[in-house]
Amino acid sequence: MDRQYISRLNSTYAVASFRLAWLCAAAVCSAPLHCAEAGIAPPALERRAALTGMVRQDCGSCHGMTLKGGLGPALTPAALTDRPAESLVVTILSGRPGTAMPPWRNFLSADEAAWIVDQLQRGVLDEK
Amino acid sequence: MKNELGRVINAIVLCLGCLGCLGPGLPAARAEVGVVVERASGSVQLVDNDTRAALARITGLGDLSHASLVYSKDARHVFVFGRDGGLSKIDLLARKTVKRTLQAGNSIGGAISRDGRLVAVANYEPGGVKIFDAETLEQLAEIPSTYGSEGKRSKVVGIADASGSRFVFSLFDADEIWVADLSEPRAPRVRKFRNIGRQPYDALITQDGRHYIAGLFGEDGLALLDMNNLDGGVRRILGGYGQGEEKLPVYKMPHLRGWAMAGDLAFLPAIGRHEVLVVDRRDWRAVATIPVHGQPVFVMARPDGRQVWVNYAFPLNDTVEVIDVAALKLVKSLKPGKTVLHMEFTAPGDEVWISARDDNKLVVYDTKSFARLAEFPADSPSGIFFAWRARIMGL
Ligand code: HEC
Repeated sequence: MDRQYISRLNSTYAVASFRLAWLCAAAVCSAPLHCAEAGIAPPALERRAALTGMVRQDCGSCHGMTLKGGLGPALTPAALTDRPAESLVVTILSGRPGTAMPPWRNFLSADEAAWIVDQLQRGVLDEK
Repeated sequence: MKNELGRVINAIVLCLGCLGCLGPGLPAARAEVGVVVERASGSVQLVDNDTRAALARITGLGDLSHASLVYSKDARHVFVFGRDGGLSKIDLLARKTVKRTLQAGNSIGGAISRDGRLVAVANYEPGGVKIFDAETLEQLAEIPSTYGSEGKRSKVVGIADASGSRFVFSLFDADEIWVADLSEPRAPRVRKFRNIGRQPYDALITQDGRHYIAGLFGEDGLALLDMNNLDGGVRRILGGYGQGEEKLPVYKMPHLRGWAMAGDLAFLPAIGRHEVLVVDRRDWRAVATIPVHGQPVFVMARPDGRQVWVNYAFPLNDTVEVIDVAALKLVKSLKPGKTVLHMEFTAPGDEVWISARDDNKLVVYDTKSFARLAEFPADSPSGIFFAWRARIMGL
């Protein structure tokens, strides 16, 4: 059952997203300096829009659409700025066992998760 | 399909009709009226499911992600519970917000007492329940969800109205169910049930008010409280339904309110599994496990109890399936649109309205032929609530 599920996900989502990310590896970043400093390969423009939608809606179903918290804690700059980005990336990709935070690695690459953390810490995604 | 002019005329006739024949205190909305939550824009649409007309849009309701609402007993008003702690009272006849208060920082839902006098809101932040006068929205009482020895407050979920001015709700972080008696609205008396199972995430109360059932996130099974026999305590049902098999990651919590009770059978979402669980209400024994397309979010019975409709969590949320109750089998799979969030039957159950958030539309199906009857534009629609709910306990 699990394997079947994963393979279904792979065919629909992961493959598409990986392909997109790969194709667009050379894309420009919205804040080039910041991204370069952080060593993140920023996702392409269309993918960024998809990720922004995903964060607001699908992460939002637990963290609130405006990311001020819900079943999961707030993901606002005030909550996240002082937190090490790497560990937040790990949380997003692997989830937190024993809590309601699920792993997202079937839907997000490491670079995409890093981009999301960067956006969250700077408060870019929670603006309506 | 009816033409545009027809709809407009219908809408005008309906509204003149209402204004003309209804004085204060009389039922204000027919069962055919409904309210659709538009989550992104903080608005609701008032619709008529008979003429399929959009009657009005009411804006300025704040953050409506995960918003729900309840009807006043005469169906004239709705109380909208916003994520941002906003509690708004809308007059459906005047088509405007008549009262609004920001009562908490973060809220999940609410309920209305059986006599219609009290509105209770379940809050995440600060954790607890607040009780309001339904007429004035004056706050009458606060019940902080304090647990343990450190004075922490739990997020509150699954609030429902019960007989005798009672509200019942669950504490996600505390593994508790509380029953609050509001016979004296300013002096609630609370009875607490501890260790009811790990992480109750939502709950329902049956239409007859007899059984309160909380779904558990932290373990397989559900917690059952017999509201007629509180001394009997909370018992586990469907314990270990996954038989130790590891569950899948859960990307969206199922919703239990909007229950699926079909005759003696209750249809419940399995958490972290592509399954609907069927249990016999007479002895709470498992009757069947029905494999389905994804992790169920809403599992809802058609009013006649002959079909159960199911929608699914991310990423399989473009699909709705129909279970035939007599056969305990899937009989239909539909693709209404992108990101199906909610379904609502019309009072006779001949139609179902489905919200497809990312297609910005509502889709109407015939529940017998499964024909797609109509589509409606709506701005990121989520919950759909028709006025027949006003008469039903637990909704
Ligand atoms: C099903 C509910 C749920 C969904 C959906 C969800 N989360 Fe979470 N998330 C949680 C919970 C619960 C926690 C808190 C875990 C804990 O107790 O440590 C959490 C924690 C986190 C944290 C750590 C916050 C901190 O202060 O430590 C981050 C970052 C995070 N989530 C990001 C995301 C992102 C990004 C998404 C979408 C891609 C997402 N979450 C979707 C439930 C969810």
